[in-house]
Amino acid sequence: MTAYLARRVLQAVAVVVLVTLIVFGLLSLAPGNALSAVLGSGGAHQQFLLAYLTWLGRVLRGNLGFSSRLNVSVSTLLVASLPRTLVLTGVSTLIALLIAVPIGLVQAVRRSTATDHVLRGVTYLGYAMPTFVLGALLLLFLAVDLHWFAAEGPQAPGIIGFATDLRALTLPVLTLTLMTVAIFARYMRSSALDSLGQEYVEAARARGAGQRRVLLAHVLRNSLVPVVTLLGLSLPQIVGGAVLVEGLFNIQGMGWQIWQAALRQDAPVTLGFTLVIGVAAAIGSLLADVGYALLDPRVRYAQQ
Amino acid sequence: MTASPAVPEPASAPAAPVRGSRGRHAGPAVAQPTGADLRAAAAGRARRILSVLRAHPLATTGGLIIVAVIVFCFGGPAVYHTDQFHVFLSQANLSPRAGHPFGTDNDGNDELGRLMKGGQVSLEVGAAAGVLAALLGSLWGATAGYLGGVIDAVMMRIVDAGIAIPAIVLLLVLVSLYRLSTAMLVLVIAATSWLSTARLVRGEALVLRSREYVQAARVMGGGGLRAIVRHIAPNAMGTIVVNVTFQIANAILLLAALSWLGLGVPYPSVDWGDMLNAATQLIDNGYWWQILAPSVAIVVVVVALTMLGDGLRDGLAHDE
Repeated sequence: MTAYLARRVLQAVAVVVLVTLIVFGLLSLAPGNALSAVLGSGGAHQQFLLAYLTWLGRVLRGNLGFSSRLNVSVSTLLVASLPRTLVLTGVSTLIALLIAVPIGLVQAVRRSTATDHVLRGVTYLGYAMPTFVLGALLLLFLAVDLHWFAAEGPQAPGIIGFATDLRALTLPVLTLTLMTVAIFARYMRSSALDSLGQEYVEAARARGAGQRRVLLAHVLRNSLVPVVTLLGLSLPQIVGGAVLVEGLFNIQGMGWQIWQAALRQDAPVTLGFTLVIGVAAAIGSLLADVGYALLDPRVRYAQQ
Repeated sequence: MTASPAVPEPASAPAAPVRGSRGRHAGPAVAQPTGADLRAAAAGRARRILSVLRAHPLATTGGLIIVAVIVFCFGGPAVYHTDQFHVFLSQANLSPRAGHPFGTDNDGNDELGRLMKGGQVSLEVGAAAGVLAALLGSLWGATAGYLGGVIDAVMMRIVDAGIAIPAIVLLLVLVSLYRLSTAMLVLVIAATSWLSTARLVRGEALVLRSREYVQAARVMGGGGLRAIVRHIAPNAMGTIVVNVTFQIANAILLLAALSWLGLGVPYPSVDWGDMLNAATQLIDNGYWWQILAPSVAIVVVVVALTMLGDGLRDGLAHDE
């Protein structure tokens, strides 16, 4: 286990270093002296490696440089926008899990029946429908036509006001949730199908366990283990979805900031945010793998 | 098949002189039987994909829908003439009616005609970027899987790092640095989406490189590039073909997202995402037809591609 952990941590470190290299490489390629906006006019003329290390040192001390268009630091924008994105993605992911796990399980149990086909069709649709199309349709019918919800995300300045404005928060969360359900349910279905085919399921049936016990105690428990990995791996996808949801509902989260920065060609901001997202995703994937190894002894032993 | 020879020494000794001569002498002797076999195998594979299509209604339906959309977008304007270049303010934002079956947009352009014109861009960029991404990813994955060891580890960490950054975020970064032409957009979309293919094909290559025919090619002095291009890639073709359909769907969605954010193909080109962008800006007016037409178009194409890919994958898996 220790050897596996050590190797996995080393891998994650390598990935994080590569992410910083990608971001720094793009930053030094950026036109309009974006690098000097981050490093100061002296720093931009150093050799690549030296400039990279200077930049990395500052980043590690929390200094992501300044926007090249606005009179604010990248960290200020980050601190203001991060909590909104965390609330939006966190709540949506949680609800999505609660919906997707039962759906996938039902599909696996009723494989190739009408229920499976209908649910499969719905998840296809959720996967195929771009987040902003889904959001726009919900907005059009539920907010513009029926006035059930606000047509815009919460605009309260504080995070508490943001998280408690349910009339405004419901539609963005619903949009992101539906998108995430489509990813999770497909995965949960195949994971549950795998578990259903295992010998321990047959063994449990042979011992006389009823359908409910087989499903809850054996199939569900065992097919939840890979979901831990899924959570870690879908982090980039969910954040990608959040960019579009925030754009549609005018929520000033991280995705909205990246979008606005892209529109005003503000490379220090887009790259600073990209760095944070990339590192977070690498760490998420590491945590998922560690959690997987903790939950499933076969992974630990297979790696030795 | 002679099953007798014990696993030969890894090809280091015989490979060196042959690689020096660029395979000029050893090449034909090895290539002729292999080449013929490969062509036969390729023909067999094409037949197999066709028969899978016939046996799997899901894949066939998906394929037929895609053909229909292509005919609609590229053939439609020949039958249904509209002016998509001038602005007709007196015709702006009309709901569907005779003469404008899908209504008009804010510039008074006919939505049905615009759907065809926008579809051409969406399909062209999507197909080009999707195929390019699948090619790039296949080569990368096959190389990493075939070579193994440190090179594999480094190549796959690069993939991990790329996957950690959401494609749409990376795209936003790239368009924030440069204003891109349509051709550059194709490259950039491919550059942000080849990673999943690389992972998939690497897994396949890891299995394939231990097969006897790949070992045999190495022993006979075939170089690494040859093994990858002539043995690994063709045998992973089923996986790759299925992946192309998903990559095209993905590229269409990415382009639509970019255009919807106002950063897509340069004006005056439009794609379905641009139409949605225009429609979303007027969403408070309740012009539902402007949202519905491009939405349905995107969803139909992506669902059809997914059906085609899923059906092909199931079919190819059953065959083996």
